[in-house]
Amino acid sequence: MRPVAFDYVAPTTVEEVVQALSDGGEDATVISGGQSLLPVLRMRMADPSLLVDLRRVDSLREIRDDGDNLVIGARATHRQVSTDPLVRQHAGLIAKTAGSIGDPQIRYRGTIGGSLAHADPAGDMGAAVLALNGSLELTGPRGSRTVAGGDFFVDYFTTAREPGEVVTAVRIPKHDGWGSHYEKFTVVVQAWAVVAVAAAVRVEGGQVAEARIGLTNMGTTPLRAAAAEQALVGVAAADTDALRAAAATAGEGTNPPDDPSGTPEYRRHLAGVLAGRAVVKAVEAVA
Amino acid sequence: MVSIRLTVDNVERTAEVEPRTLLVHALREQLGKVGTVVGCDTSNCGACTVLLDGESVKSCSVLAVQADGSTVDTVQGLAQPDGTLHPIQQAFHEHHGLQCGYCTPGMLMRAVCLLSENPTPTEEEVRHGMEGNMCRCTGYQGIVDAVMAASQAMSDSYGANQSSIAEPAGVAS
Ligand SMILES: Cc1cc2nc3c(=O)[nH]c(=O)nc-3n(C[C@H](O)[C@H](O)[C@H](O)COP(=O)(O)OP(=O)(O)OC[C@H]3O[C@@H](n4cnc5c(N)ncnc54)[C@H](O)[C@@H]3O)c2cc1C
Ligand code: FES
Ligand code: FES
Repeated sequence: MRPVAFDYVAPTTVEEVVQALSDGGEDATVISGGQSLLPVLRMRMADPSLLVDLRRVDSLREIRDDGDNLVIGARATHRQVSTDPLVRQHAGLIAKTAGSIGDPQIRYRGTIGGSLAHADPAGDMGAAVLALNGSLELTGPRGSRTVAGGDFFVDYFTTAREPGEVVTAVRIPKHDGWGSHYEKFTVVVQAWAVVAVAAAVRVEGGQVAEARIGLTNMGTTPLRAAAAEQALVGVAAADTDALRAAAATAGEGTNPPDDPSGTPEYRRHLAGVLAGRAVVKAVEAVA
Repeated sequence: MVSIRLTVDNVERTAEVEPRTLLVHALREQLGKVGTVVGCDTSNCGACTVLLDGESVKSCSVLAVQADGSTVDTVQGLAQPDGTLHPIQQAFHEHHGLQCGYCTPGMLMRAVCLLSENPTPTEEEVRHGMEGNMCRCTGYQGIVDAVMAASQAMSDSYGANQSSIAEPAGVAS
């Protein structure tokens, strides 16, 4: 189908984007990569009056080193994020997760800011950003603010983003020397995750010193598996059985969806198994 | 209506489009590129794949206005003007990379992009690299064989060009 008619602008600065959104009122919508929005428009599940395109705002594509953090512009594509040397070095989990999204064509267009703003609980990037304690930078009519990943995701397709605000960047604390892995379980090769687990570990003296585990599609928002993270601390890095056992609790206490791809019980089981695989591979990937 | 300028299959073109016009519809209905087809409504099938500034994208999931100022390459620009097939087309022909042919325009354009990203992929890399394109007929084996064969053919001819460029430099042996 063809989308319902709308107006379109493509400003060149964040200020102009914010202005266009506030002039456009309630039905003005940001378009970034369009890989979630255009399918929605084609199926006429939304009918915005105005699309404000980020494609000419060059500053939003930058990926830069900011001391202890990496700052990834909201318009950076999944392809760009997955292949960028800075991201691979300082936040390998983010690069690996970006490389697992959709298919090559989707990754050339879809963006990190769009993925996070869209907040589909089955979307991959949220769990990785949460696991690395990332935060989001937003700019709106009342200025700019930074929101921690854990506060950004509020509910199913719902974030802390106020109307008129634009996500401008994602800020990720550097995790140099950590090993990481994104383990995604799908029904066919190219599909949304039934469940997926983002894991990052720091190993010291042959033992896990710190572990971070993010869960995809295990609730209405991406989640952290705090109990499993605790259980992993002190486990011998070479003892894969012990690593798997410690990670097996990752699904406990969660309330995952019930749909044709799996029941909540099945998903909780899957989360434990996938967390084990992710942690073992993350330990193997430690530099 | 918005006026857009784009270079389509090496020719500079302009078109008047509505903001809601999808790139695939502008290509098919206004620019004569009916070789690019629509196979789904969900951005899944990849039949509409074209190169936008050299990158493979699903033209049903890009607005025509978003392509303003860009270069678009479609399946119709692959063969030489004299009809000589592009190596990827030749390989699909020789290795039974198609049956009904509906997925083929998208397969070819994605394969061209894949081989530019990675000129000598493994079979596994070809399978992953073609994940965004669906085929209801072939079972994919012929497609994978064709992409592998094209990679071989293109790197052979690239190698030949390389040596013909390198030789006159006359490295004394
Ligand atoms: C076939 C297919 C398979 C896919 N598979 C996966 C998958 O496996 N995993 C996965 O995670 N995703 C998948 N996706 C979704 C893809 O990752 C999208 O790129 C992503 O969800 C949205 O990013 P975008 O840049 O395309 O955003 P858009 O489609 O442009 O926007 C999505 C929403 O976010 C808003 N928005 C976008 N950018 C901003 C911003 N900077 N500030 C404020 N609001 C903004 C828009 O208004 C819109 O509501 C798939 C999509 C398709 C079509
Ligand atoms: S028509 Fe199916 S992906 Fe574009
Ligand atoms: S040849 Fe028929 S869909 Fe691929």
